[in-house]
Amino acid sequence: MDKRVEKKKLDIAKRYAAMTNDLHWETSYQPMEKVYPFARYEGIRVHDWDKWSDPFHMTTDVWWHQQGEKERRLYAVMDAFAQNNGQIGVSDARYINAIKLIVQTFSPLKYTLHRAFANAARNLPGDALRIATQFQAAEELRHSQHEQHAASIYNKYFNGLHETPRWYEQAWYLAPAKSFAEDAASAGPFELLVAISFSFDSLLSDALFVPYMSSAAHNGDLSLVPASFSAHSDTVRHKALGIEAVKFLLQQDPLNVATVQRWVDKWFWRSFRLMPLVAVLQDYMVPKRVYSFAESWNEFVEAPVNALFAELASYGLKKPAGWEQACDAKNHLSHQTWNAFYGYGDALAFHTWVPGAEELEWLDRKYPEIFDHWYRPRLTHYAQLEAAGQRFHNHALPMQCQVCQQPMIFTEMGSPRWIAYRETQHDGQHFHFCSDSCETIFSNEPDKYVQSRLPSHEILHAHRGDKLEDALRSSIAAMGVVIGQDNGSFDGSVDQKNFEEWGGGQDMKEAQL
Amino acid sequence: MSVTAIGTYSHESHDGAARFSAPLIYIAWDEHMIFAAPVVLPLSLDTTIEQLQKKVLPQLYGQHPDFARIDWSRVQWFRGSTMFTPKMDGTLASQGFGHKSVLRLRTPGLEGLRGSCG
Repeated sequence: MDKRVEKKKLDIAKRYAAMTNDLHWETSYQPMEKVYPFARYEGIRVHDWDKWSDPFHMTTDVWWHQQGEKERRLYAVMDAFAQNNGQIGVSDARYINAIKLIVQTFSPLKYTLHRAFANAARNLPGDALRIATQFQAAEELRHSQHEQHAASIYNKYFNGLHETPRWYEQAWYLAPAKSFAEDAASAGPFELLVAISFSFDSLLSDALFVPYMSSAAHNGDLSLVPASFSAHSDTVRHKALGIEAVKFLLQQDPLNVATVQRWVDKWFWRSFRLMPLVAVLQDYMVPKRVYSFAESWNEFVEAPVNALFAELASYGLKKPAGWEQACDAKNHLSHQTWNAFYGYGDALAFHTWVPGAEELEWLDRKYPEIFDHWYRPRLTHYAQLEAAGQRFHNHALPMQCQVCQQPMIFTEMGSPRWIAYRETQHDGQHFHFCSDSCETIFSNEPDKYVQSRLPSHEILHAHRGDKLEDALRSSIAAMGVVIGQDNGSFDGSVDQKNFEEWGGGQDMKEAQL
Repeated sequence: MSVTAIGTYSHESHDGAARFSAPLIYIAWDEHMIFAAPVVLPLSLDTTIEQLQKKVLPQLYGQHPDFARIDWSRVQWFRGSTMFTPKMDGTLASQGFGHKSVLRLRTPGLEGLRGSCG
């Protein structure tokens, strides 16, 4: 039953109280812990739920109204883009590969988070948090849908977008995203809040949204720009919510501090291990570049996180344990990741290429300390092999980190010479990690992570002695990726050929002249 | 409890040796990162280091220009992070390798494409 509202106009705080407070009641014939079975097992102590209210005082009718308006604007732009054959106006068909990667990773990831937040909304014992997480559940679902709608126009014209949910479930290079989302969704409701609303949304989401929106706009993708804008306006709220929720938990009981710190350490790092996908988008995949990944990290992560933790220090919270490592790795992520993607280029569902001469110069300008020495020689080598008609391929199954499930491509802090290895024993078995933080995550909850389904191992479970050389490529083909059409070199691809035939990218070329 | 859970909770590893056709060995050639990550192979523990050197490694790494230049008498072998002196006719098992061990080789003087470790 809707609650009757006494007067037509209440002020925002009263309205919020009127619309939400009755959602919470103390049970009479069942104990509270049976109604909220997940409220206590994580060890978070909350003494007074009334001390927290949603900083936005958002109620369902307001939310409905705002999202409806945004939806109308968003679909107006997307429809106009489709009607005007906007796909022909993007800078270059290479750009579509950035969309493929987003729709293969982040859209299904957000779908899983939608389910995770719906679960939290049912199980958090405080009414204001329940409402806020319910909104976030709906918003994660919207963002996932919007991105898929925005990409659907490209799916009519380009390869690599036709079975993205299936690839997310199975493909080796999407496992880090899937495992991230499922780790969060299988955590308790408080951990989920700290994981996503705080660690992912507050600390890192701007490094995803802001540069990507600029890049999309700069490359003529007016389909994904409004979808990202719409999502970003929600994420700004999720960020504020995450920060307020963490402060609330820290204030409620001094014993909460250690638990929240452990979650922040864990989830900052798990979120950071999604950044390789963002880094390659910015530094390698968008034809017209805006920010380098390192620049956007400095501006949208390093500076704000330093400021935020200066404030949170008074609550007893320290910067996440992997912070120094992440700030060191910002310069290497995109190069190491693109190197892996290129080498396994026939085991992906998008195209790869060697950056052209101007792009190499851009990379050198953006990464002056490291690019020339460490990364240019690999790319030059690949280009020479391509010119000789012998594209480089890496065929052996990559070793993956037991926790983040990234292939073990990351190097030690301060030394791009050595791949970082960490190892521990549990129940008589070796387990391997890409970093101290991933090892710590495992050691805190080994029984969770011994269950990891590492894609290379999954392939080998089924393997009985035939040739292993093509195992990774075959696994991709088995999930509906058409080898050589959905992946492989961009040069000579169907995408490239079609785009040229349609006269694609002309506006951008003329604008450059 | 080794996991934060609502009740008793334990789970066997998904990747015990019994689930594979042969024990898994991870192999890496340090400072040669065009092979972006170490690789994983099911490999009988009866494989000798010599067989590994002559049959397995060329398949994995033969396409790197440094591979033909390796002076095998100077190669440094590691089991995980521990250096060991291999007996060329000794098996992996006899030299301490088991399911999910890491074997790394380091080739002093060869540092990848133009010294880039690529």
